[in-house]
Amino acid sequence: MSKEKTMKLSLPEEELMNSGHLACQGCGATLAMRYVLKALGQRTALCIPACCWSVIDGPFPYSSLDVPIYHCAFETAAVSASGVKAGLEMVGDSETTVVAWAGDGGTFDIGIQALSGVAERNDDILYVCYDNEAYMNTGTQRSSATPYGAWTTTTPVKHFKNRPKKDMVAIMAAHRIPYIATASIGYPEDLVKKIKKAKEIKGTKFIHIYAPCPSGWKCRPEDTVKLSRMVVQNAIFPLYEIEWGDKYILNIKLKDKKPINDYLRLQGRFHHLSEKDIAFMQEEVDKKWERLLGFVNKCQ
Amino acid sequence: MGNHALSFGAMLCRVQVISAYPITPQTQVVELLSEMCADKTLDAKFIKVESEHSAMAACLGASLAGARTFTATSSQGLTLMHELLHWASGGRLPVVMGNINRSMAPGWSIWSDQNDSLSQRDTGWIQFYCANNQEVLDTVIQAFKVSEKLLIPSMAVLDAFTLSHTYEVVDIPEQEKVDEYLPPFKPPIRLTPDEPHAFGGLTSPDHYFELRYKLQKDMEKAPALIEETGKEFKQKFGRFLGLVDDYCCEDADLILITSGTMGSTARVAVDELRKEGIKVGNLRIRAFRPFPFEKVREIVKNAKKIAVVDRNISYGHHGVFYQEVKSSLYGHDGCPPTFGFIAGLGGRDITPSTFREIVQYALEKKRPEEEIVWIGVKR
Repeated sequence: MSKEKTMKLSLPEEELMNSGHLACQGCGATLAMRYVLKALGQRTALCIPACCWSVIDGPFPYSSLDVPIYHCAFETAAVSASGVKAGLEMVGDSETTVVAWAGDGGTFDIGIQALSGVAERNDDILYVCYDNEAYMNTGTQRSSATPYGAWTTTTPVKHFKNRPKKDMVAIMAAHRIPYIATASIGYPEDLVKKIKKAKEIKGTKFIHIYAPCPSGWKCRPEDTVKLSRMVVQNAIFPLYEIEWGDKYILNIKLKDKKPINDYLRLQGRFHHLSEKDIAFMQEEVDKKWERLLGFVNKCQ
Repeated sequence: MGNHALSFGAMLCRVQVISAYPITPQTQVVELLSEMCADKTLDAKFIKVESEHSAMAACLGASLAGARTFTATSSQGLTLMHELLHWASGGRLPVVMGNINRSMAPGWSIWSDQNDSLSQRDTGWIQFYCANNQEVLDTVIQAFKVSEKLLIPSMAVLDAFTLSHTYEVVDIPEQEKVDEYLPPFKPPIRLTPDEPHAFGGLTSPDHYFELRYKLQKDMEKAPALIEETGKEFKQKFGRFLGLVDDYCCEDADLILITSGTMGSTARVAVDELRKEGIKVGNLRIRAFRPFPFEKVREIVKNAKKIAVVDRNISYGHHGVFYQEVKSSLYGHDGCPPTFGFIAGLGGRDITPSTFREIVQYALEKKRPEEEIVWIGVKR
């Protein structure tokens, strides 16, 4: 008789996200939510401001998630979560993880003031920014998370975005909060590990998740996961952690750092770029990567 | 001072979460509450935020989690919160807020008028205008009772400096009695993983309309509830807190309609004028939302004239209370000539002689000859 083999799962089996949600095909934000909830479990409460997820979850009176959701005002995700946390504690629930779940617009732009306030006070919340690099829910307008060179409906190809993506992680690090991490839906085990780690830390935790948007990036839905791995391997979006604002830990080391060209060519939003533009962008990525390595090496 | 009355009111209500941002002339409210939280006189969490917008956002989150929640602000701070005032009422979150009436900039003014709170008229908040510091404290207690019953937020409004910074003797009720009057907050539904719901999600035209209908229907229950809780308050604490507060109106030929501290000044003028044989009365509107239509009609029914005095203006229209009083009377029998006066904007003093001028004007003219009668303006 042959021994029965059980499959060893690398991710928690529990599913808190159900079918019937309203996401587009290949939506990175949807995978991000699924993994994050797997990591956190059911004792979780979400504060979701205006963003794709305020639609994805499903229209009133439905919800595709098995955790409670407060759909809050656009610029208030972080502080709404602080309020919920304080309220739950005052009614005897100190156990629930309260999550602010916002897009890049709600984090980098309109929500940055409230987020900065929360981080400065070190309120005990988990802030997750799923970053699809533009205002995708309203139809692809540029945000301060939109990368250099990208087309959006408000940065047309004749005048593509000519400023770099805001370094939100550095801004959060300057608040010296206990935990910051970048994560990619292309590396789900790493993502889940970070969320689990964050769950056990008291204070403000900031997780920046890279989440492709096929409709806004003009890429194929089946490339979402591929892009989410490429972006790490070419160092545009390295995976690392920062503890207390200055302890840097690099999670995916790049022995063979890939050029950005292949990554850009899979996305229509970069099709207009000349060789010269791409060379400039490569230089910027390399500089940023070296800078990060500098921080990481200092901590070793 | 009125600001301390707000703080003590919040303390007696055993608020559980406070979130606020400092602004003149509100600062003593948050200072005293900070002290109370620090020395555990009050078992509450105080979230010291970076703006009024965040203050209200934090209150809403806490209220949704099931905690009794309080904040206080003024003027620019209140108007910065504007978006979230809709969120509070639309989300049926019974937050109670103190607002110190301060004029809107520019130019910078820290002095009193009502344009800040009255420009929040249509946000779905109950609004009480207070005439003295005792009423400020009492209103906080009553406001929580009314708000939590209806799941509609309330604002206790008081004049900058005239109340906020003026010391007067205030009776602080016994905690035990307040606990009897105001039981702990137990919302029928709240944000908890024990019973996961999505609050405030995308609402189609099929449902949104009904949610707003229900809010209005519950707001319509507020007048009776304010009177009822006011009577209950009187039984327990000896002071009645109603929709309006009338003085010498029964036989008055001319009724001065006011709000806030103007009422006490008006009453000095009423006393003086009555000694001179002029039959004047004062009707002070305490609840601005819901507007006490029936009370107003009942009290002014025998008056020959009405003079509404506004410390505010709706540009391109009239003073706000004047609009509201007229809309109460329109289409009803015996609607007397009604005059609209604007006085005291930006903290210009309103004195008994201001009211003398108003009374003189209203008695001289048969009916209003101007849309707005400006009192004390330098032209």
